[in-house]
Amino acid sequence: MIPAPFDYQRASSVDEAIELLRQHGEDAKLLAGGHSLLPLMKLRLAQPSVLVDIGRIADLSYVSETPADGRVLRIGALTRHHDLATSELVREQVPLLAHVASRIGDPQVRHRGTIGGSVVHGDPASDLPAALLALRATLVVRGPAGERSIPADEFFTGFLETAIAPDEVLTEIRVPAVPGVGWAFEKFNRRAQDWAIVGVAAVMTDGAGGPGVGLVNMGPQPMRAAGVEEALRAGASLGEAAARADEGTDPPTDLNGSAEYRRHLARVLVRRALETASG
Amino acid sequence: MEITLSVNGVERTSDVEPRRLLVHHLRDDLGLTGTNVGCDTSSCGACTVLLDGESVKSCTILAVQADGHEVTTIEGLAGAAGNGETGALHPVQEAFHAQHGLQCGFCTPGMVMAAVSLLDENPHPTEEDVRLGLEGNLCRCTGYQNIVRAVLAAAGEVRA
Repeated sequence: MIPAPFDYQRASSVDEAIELLRQHGEDAKLLAGGHSLLPLMKLRLAQPSVLVDIGRIADLSYVSETPADGRVLRIGALTRHHDLATSELVREQVPLLAHVASRIGDPQVRHRGTIGGSVVHGDPASDLPAALLALRATLVVRGPAGERSIPADEFFTGFLETAIAPDEVLTEIRVPAVPGVGWAFEKFNRRAQDWAIVGVAAVMTDGAGGPGVGLVNMGPQPMRAAGVEEALRAGASLGEAAARADEGTDPPTDLNGSAEYRRHLARVLVRRALETASG
Repeated sequence: MEITLSVNGVERTSDVEPRRLLVHHLRDDLGLTGTNVGCDTSSCGACTVLLDGESVKSCTILAVQADGHEVTTIEGLAGAAGNGETGALHPVQEAFHAQHGLQCGFCTPGMVMAAVSLLDENPHPTEEDVRLGLEGNLCRCTGYQNIVRAVLAAAGEVRA
């Protein structure tokens, strides 16, 4: 399987990438690790006429704490899953995120795939978006008009659709640090390296907003389990909260399971995740 | 577009179409057919090579993305980490041989490269580490038992 022909451009900086996107409009796609985009191009489900390779912008791959207050972890958009999974800082400050990154695909995928690429792909079956929703992360994007920050809650807008504009580049992911806070990730699949049939990321924060619970593959876009979070905030038991796991979801039916099966699975997995995270 | 890759320690400059996949570049342009194309969908790992020392699926990388980087294929392994003699098998290759870690052999080049990368990152893996570390490589014959045994044996070898 071979992608359709395209023009290949390399950007050496974010500004250059934005300029190339501005020139080529919606026909252009950014290429980072390529592990979401290239499979689609090989299947010809995506046929961009211009690929802007941002994979060589070295200063977009980093993990650092905000200088002003160490409570927010700043992660460069080109940080690979492998780097996220093995970063001491991430493992200490946001262990859920490091763990989720270590469960994506397989080692080869994690050596190439980037957090930014996964996020802007907006796939409801991806693991990282659910974790970023649970953690109440913020996505920083830059475009011709400058920089703006988008809460994860407002970022995912539909199936493979996000709030990022065609001429914007995701540059940084900001994640509140939650050292010592209970967390869990449940990824249910039947074969090695598969996407989750259903996945759950939970973190038992007691600050603003309360515990966060994100769902994988429970609708057209990455989403949070709003009913569960509401129940937990109101002081419900873990079981009562988990019973609301499929509230507001719209899970798909496919070869791996029916929508009804996924709803059931979500309730079971949320309960397991909450018990682990509270344990 | 002109690209230069260091392939198994040798600089190779070629003119490639941007859509050329690394695996096709290695096999069809450079004649290194040890790297196999299996599923073509980033699943099976038969096309695994090392890019700057780390395992990657060469069916899911454009050759132009590898421009300026180091690629190691199965052909570049022998003599590389053994006793230095040309043709001496790499400890992982030796272990696959000694432990009968293959049957038809189609997955083997990718499996060996994935194992080399795994042992580089984790020189003392448990059996569970090996199984998880080879998650990206499918084998239709062996049931994996002897492959896992081979990687654990190689770890002992690498240790010694």
